[in-house]
Amino acid sequence: MAASTAAAPAARPARKKNKLGWNLLGLLVFVTAGFPVYWMLNTAFKPAKDAIDPDPHLFPTNFTLDNFKRALQIGDFWGSIGRSLTVSLVVVLIGIAVGLLAALAISRFAFRGRKIVIVGILAVQMVPLVAMIIPVFLLLNDLGQYDKLSGLIITYLTFILPFTVWTLRGFIVNVPKELEEAAMVDGCSRTGAFIRVVFPLLAPGMVATSVYGFIQAWNEYLYALMLMSQNHQTATVWLSNFTTQHGTEYAPMMAGSTMMAVPIVILFLLVQRKMAAGLTAGAVKG
Amino acid sequence: MSAAETTTAKVPPARRDPLPGAGSGRPGEPGKKRGTGGGAAVPWALLAPCLLVLALVLGYPLVRLVTLSFQKFGQPQLWGFKAAESVGFDNFTTVLGDAEFWQVVVRTVLFAATAVVLTMVIGMLIALLLQRVSGWVKTLINIALVASWGMPIVVAITVFKWMFDSDFGVLNWLLSQLPGVEMHGHNWFTDGTQGLAVIMLLVVWGAVPFVVITLSAGLTQVPKELEEAARLDGAGSWGVFRHVTMPILKPVVVMLATLSVIWDMGVFPQVFVMRGGHPEAEFQLLTTYSYEKAFVVNDYSQGSAIALLTVILLLGVIAVYMRQMLKIGEVE
Repeated sequence: MAASTAAAPAARPARKKNKLGWNLLGLLVFVTAGFPVYWMLNTAFKPAKDAIDPDPHLFPTNFTLDNFKRALQIGDFWGSIGRSLTVSLVVVLIGIAVGLLAALAISRFAFRGRKIVIVGILAVQMVPLVAMIIPVFLLLNDLGQYDKLSGLIITYLTFILPFTVWTLRGFIVNVPKELEEAAMVDGCSRTGAFIRVVFPLLAPGMVATSVYGFIQAWNEYLYALMLMSQNHQTATVWLSNFTTQHGTEYAPMMAGSTMMAVPIVILFLLVQRKMAAGLTAGAVKG
Repeated sequence: MSAAETTTAKVPPARRDPLPGAGSGRPGEPGKKRGTGGGAAVPWALLAPCLLVLALVLGYPLVRLVTLSFQKFGQPQLWGFKAAESVGFDNFTTVLGDAEFWQVVVRTVLFAATAVVLTMVIGMLIALLLQRVSGWVKTLINIALVASWGMPIVVAITVFKWMFDSDFGVLNWLLSQLPGVEMHGHNWFTDGTQGLAVIMLLVVWGAVPFVVITLSAGLTQVPKELEEAARLDGAGSWGVFRHVTMPILKPVVVMLATLSVIWDMGVFPQVFVMRGGHPEAEFQLLTTYSYEKAFVVNDYSQGSAIALLTVILLLGVIAVYMRQMLKIGEVE
């Protein structure tokens, strides 16, 4: 609101002057928003004793990788990474396979009950995960799936599957039906038209959806904490190992955080673009 | 969840699903026959695996959540020593008659409301600012936003915990640099209000990027001519925003606001991890309260009742969100 005081009918040079003010404000936003990320990296790469210096240096002075070495010794780092990878990959594979079929059904077919299914899929995404933890815990307990990766995978489908269906639906709707129909006129079967025409156009969207789903599964904390024992921690829960009764090892913890966050942020950056590009790329070309 | 919303939010006009009625039929008459014949069987067959999985992993627990809240279910029932017995509305009367529950409700609603307002206002301001800065500043801000958005939530919590540490936290140090401020050794978490303010800052910091990026996409859809015309007619900046920009953005804003309400009412790890797994009484929100009743006090049925009440509290907001989604998606 207040941010729009730059009256437009101002003359050109005045505009340029105005821009300086906005840019300064913009830089302030950049510094504020980026500071936590910066501070994580800053602490991770400085010697542990500098981190608890009462006078923290805002800019890096000494560079060290010791915190990373220490972080790798804490708990079962590679084990937890392995478990997180397994769970996230399997969940995404099942989600995409099952979700694609369902997304096709609700975006390319007309049938009685379609609207109810759509509303249902939207609605279940809205139920807070926390509210479900008690019955899910009891369900896995009954099925003998407590503290098992398979149990965690089943649980993660609760949020990955509806998300996948809904997102893929968005991508499918954006592939013009005319392309499919043209292929069918040229003699393709319905399935053939889908595999040869729609599927290739859908591929970027499917990749993006998978990566997004993967990130969500990887980042999940509550279910991983509740449903797995200490010996079977996943990556997110592993981070809590830095705090013991003797206090918290902050510098190694920031190194651990960096290792956890950087790959995810990079994946996120990649998909960010694809998500936008995948939506319109190469639809109807002549 | 955020991803689904991004895509839908970014492309509202693109996802036009012209006529679902034509979807099943092939072009031409022979297809028409098969279209109606197979029209019902094929989609349901495609949907079957998905619905089956959802029925198991979501449907069953949801039903169980409801039945649990009408039963007595504690440790003995969990180990199978005793059968769960139905107790009618007992759990609800206990919960609703508990003064602490109402305190938690008020605290949760206040927390969520403030967080949503802050997120939306700051998000809108940054989105508007992005339109006015030079290209390179825009790029910088976008990088910072996407990086903080992509941070795993547990990592973000850990980093905030470190920044607000009472002895070595950088924030206390920074504040102490201001003349006349002495914050060394200040503990932000001795007091519920201050502690929740820090947690809220974390929540808002994590939520703003999604709002900014979605709103920025929405702002590009606002026709420049309309703004110019309004200015020529003598509207000030606020007038243009209020009467031109806002009405066009309204569907997106409503969607973002409802989503934020749902997310901020469901805040859990932020409080839980920040307080080392044992939030004190003055930090309890509905989610952590339900968790504590279930897994600390071992009264699963009361925990379920609280969770169910939370969902019911959210139903109105969810309804508004869904209506908006269906409108934007033109699913009808």
